[in-house]
Amino acid sequence: MMTHPFVRALIYLIGLMAFAGLNAAYLVWCERKGAARIQRRIGPCEVGWAGLLQPLADGLKLMTKQLLVPDGVDAALFRLAPVLAMLPGMVSLAVIPFSDTLQAREMELSALLIFAFASVGMLCVLLGGWASGNKFAIISSTRAVSQNLAYEIPMLLTVITIALIVGSLNLRDIAMEQQGNLFHWNLFRLEGWHILTMWISFIIFFICSIAETNRAPFDLAEAESELVAGYMTEYSSMGYGLFMMAEYINIVVGACLTATLFLGGWACPFGLAPGWWWFVLKIYVLIFTIIWVRWTYPRTQIYRLLNLSWKVMIPFSLVNLLITAGLVKFL
Amino acid sequence: MDRENVPSSLVQFARLDSLIELARANSLWPMTFGLACCAIEMMCTGGSRYDISRFGAEVFRPSPRQSDVMIVAGTINKKLELAVKTLYDQMPEPKWVIAMGNCAISGGPFKLPCNYNVVEGVDLLFPVDVYIPGCPPRPEALLEGIMALEEKITGTRRWPRVEPA
Repeated sequence: MMTHPFVRALIYLIGLMAFAGLNAAYLVWCERKGAARIQRRIGPCEVGWAGLLQPLADGLKLMTKQLLVPDGVDAALFRLAPVLAMLPGMVSLAVIPFSDTLQAREMELSALLIFAFASVGMLCVLLGGWASGNKFAIISSTRAVSQNLAYEIPMLLTVITIALIVGSLNLRDIAMEQQGNLFHWNLFRLEGWHILTMWISFIIFFICSIAETNRAPFDLAEAESELVAGYMTEYSSMGYGLFMMAEYINIVVGACLTATLFLGGWACPFGLAPGWWWFVLKIYVLIFTIIWVRWTYPRTQIYRLLNLSWKVMIPFSLVNLLITAGLVKFL
Repeated sequence: MDRENVPSSLVQFARLDSLIELARANSLWPMTFGLACCAIEMMCTGGSRYDISRFGAEVFRPSPRQSDVMIVAGTINKKLELAVKTLYDQMPEPKWVIAMGNCAISGGPFKLPCNYNVVEGVDLLFPVDVYIPGCPPRPEALLEGIMALEEKITGTRRWPRVEPA
């Protein structure tokens, strides 16, 4: 079906906003239900059937709460930071290929674009913490920056291994390359012995994506036992709400990226009926794993977190990159 | 129970107001804040046996900026008075206070002529919406307090009232 480019852009804009908004709202519900189940509780169940109206109640409450701008904050930046924090996740969704026909904008280097915007997200956290003028917020935002810097390097090094195998940084090309059954996916790829190194890449990438999205066990930026609420300490009402939504949208983007790079995008594991439904299934399995990890492991410490990146992840990903390059060159 | 009049909201939405009240009543986020042994009962209410999360009130926010209800769970000393008052002032409107336990209500067992350092009731510092008596109150009592607060916000009670035998 041919549509006017403007109409197409508008449809995708509305669709992606709705997708992001719904995910941000209902992943909170999933998180609370998941946490409850893991802790042998019931979780929200009185607000609507199975607590399904809980995100609605929370959203309405947050929107109608007083938006405090305390004395001593940088008022303009303080208001700007949560709005900007929403931006990177939304933009990144535009280049995610949900299926071979469902992609808002195809571009070369789309993987690179997502990483560039992930760094912008880090800047928003820094902006929010700095504008708050609160000691806890500033400590938290510097932590977030050092953590993001440390984990971006191994993440990008593992993306280079994918780029070496596929020969492209275009997410659509990467997914097209993996079409077919399980053994065509990058994670289980049989040809060229890549299955040996891809597992290391996948594990490093997954750990890094948890760290990049500031999720437990790496949520050092919001460690409430030491830093009150981290960089969100001074934010009330929707300022806080937007930061939370941004966090959940980033999780969706991280899961989308993992699914595209390693798990074959929209391909079916048995080679039957590939389509966006498989992609959505894969990202929700990944998101469930991220929630599961969060409620299973306690929070680590900041120096352990940085040691893990600089002393373990980066050496491993460098060696992994060299081996992959050797395999690509000589096999 | 009387319906609460919220004078702090400048803009009124008529019918929509009742929807907003319903949303607020079902999303009461308490502050992570415990002063004494009543806090242990409060933690127990969050645990798996009583599970405050069923009513959407398990999101204990560490920052007062994001919390709706302050559960004063424990004795307030003269030394703590200022800190508690500051925390209350830091919460954005609309905000509610639950005085949990006899100490928060009146000083409880520490209300003695010879005792110089206990604040005799948190309502001397700021207005309190719901009082939960007990020393300490059981988790069921705290849940009943949350329900009473919901009743105060919306004007109707969702769950049947249990009369004492």
